[in-house]
Amino acid sequence: MITAIKTNLKYCFTVIFFAVFAVFTASANPQEETPTAKFDAGKLIIEHISDSHEWHVMGEGESVVALPLPVILYTDKGLEFFSSGNFKHGKATCAGNYNYKLNEKNQVEVVGANNEVDAAATAKIWDFSITKDVASLFFSAALLLIIFLSVAGSYKKNAGHAPKGIQSFFEPIIIFIRDDIAKQSIGPKYERFMPYLLTIFFFIWFGNLLGMIPLLPGGANLTGNIAITGTLAVFTFIITTINANKNYWHHVFAMPGVPKPILIILTPIEIMGVFLRPFVLTIRLFANITAGHIIALSFFCLIFIFGEMHKGVGLGVGVFAVAFNVFMGLLELLVGLIQAYVFTLLSAIYFGAALEEPHNHKESII
Amino acid sequence: MELVKPAIGLVFWMVITFGALFFILAKFAWKPILGMLDEREKTIADSLDQANKARAEMAALTSKNLDLLNQAKEERNMILHEAKEAADKLKNEMLAKAQQEVEAKIQTAFREIEIQKRAAITEVKNSVGLLALDIAEKVIRKDLKGNAEQLEYVNKLAKESNLN
Repeated sequence: MITAIKTNLKYCFTVIFFAVFAVFTASANPQEETPTAKFDAGKLIIEHISDSHEWHVMGEGESVVALPLPVILYTDKGLEFFSSGNFKHGKATCAGNYNYKLNEKNQVEVVGANNEVDAAATAKIWDFSITKDVASLFFSAALLLIIFLSVAGSYKKNAGHAPKGIQSFFEPIIIFIRDDIAKQSIGPKYERFMPYLLTIFFFIWFGNLLGMIPLLPGGANLTGNIAITGTLAVFTFIITTINANKNYWHHVFAMPGVPKPILIILTPIEIMGVFLRPFVLTIRLFANITAGHIIALSFFCLIFIFGEMHKGVGLGVGVFAVAFNVFMGLLELLVGLIQAYVFTLLSAIYFGAALEEPHNHKESII
Repeated sequence: MELVKPAIGLVFWMVITFGALFFILAKFAWKPILGMLDEREKTIADSLDQANKARAEMAALTSKNLDLLNQAKEERNMILHEAKEAADKLKNEMLAKAQQEVEAKIQTAFREIEIQKRAAITEVKNSVGLLALDIAEKVIRKDLKGNAEQLEYVNKLAKESNLN
């Protein structure tokens, strides 16, 4: 493995050397320069990690292959329902209660008669479309249902026997979540949080893994979308707040064993902390998964950036980019699991803090 | 940045989908799975407990048997000891009784002898008295025949009535 990486690195250096050499060659040959549209890596990356009204498969411009998704709009004149295929990848306007158009950021906008954007009307429409992320959400939910209902089925069938097949793959994970996350962080009342912890763990993990599949059932940056991570974090926040006991609020508003003057500073910090926790949960998962997607896309973009200079360089960089992306992919597999674990663990820790019973604060006084 | 602005549509679908997913999985997947896991762990723990209990019982039974054996041995020893003691006691008693009887018999014998002796001495005394009287009578009867003769006669009488 290590020797393979070493040879890869050697190869990479050769490639880089060749690339630098090629840059000079390219600048020496002006006729190789500037194809019609300059490749914009930033735009491509943002497009790929953002939500979209169609599920992009391959190609771009005229030759794009994408799965059109339903657009559902709530307007002041009622619900609108049509296929995003009608937008012709952002080129056409769709007529309904209003005239709609997709903008650069793949958002639905209301346009007037002269194709100008009507910002006031746009602000009034609510977009409940089945976007790429929503479709991916449905897909991963369906996958989770199929897998875990069948696992539950095999538990019923295999009652009193050793686990079999897919059941034996998930059992250690479920036991790990129960014993090492829930029991450790929450304590004796862990049982009522188990369904939530298991659901978020597998939801995030599956979402992370599906995001790594570049083709249709995957490819959406589901768990790297702030709406998804934010909603999950809000669920954790709501469960924490509902279950919080007197001791928890006592700790927030008047930390025991702390002198009164310090409380003036500490209490606002603690109150802020209550709201900061879901915020941090949101950002951590969103940033980690999005960063993984950006890295993978960046390396692929390198191919095209260098390819614009010279096809050969692009090819050379391609080898290097693919090798590095394989490595990053393996890392992302790990990150996907770790982030699911961290989100679940932190949720469990917050639940544990909410349920914690008062104990002596001698140590905090000292 | 559009990237960090949550889309309302996605939040809406997420709440619905995740909510449904959570309730379905909680009811039809996690509940039976966790229940079965608990049950299995409980069964294993119970089986181990039972095995331990059975082992402890076996050990208790063995030690009980040993105890019984030891007790029986002790009892046997005690019985033997008691029997020996009783026998010894009886023997000693009998010996003492025999000795006492012997002593008593010897005492009786001594007393008899004493009585016999006394009787004999009394008889001797009586005999001596009678003899003396007899001699004195004879002496008195022969009184008149001279001193030398008299003396000779006494001697002769004395010789005749030798007491032995």
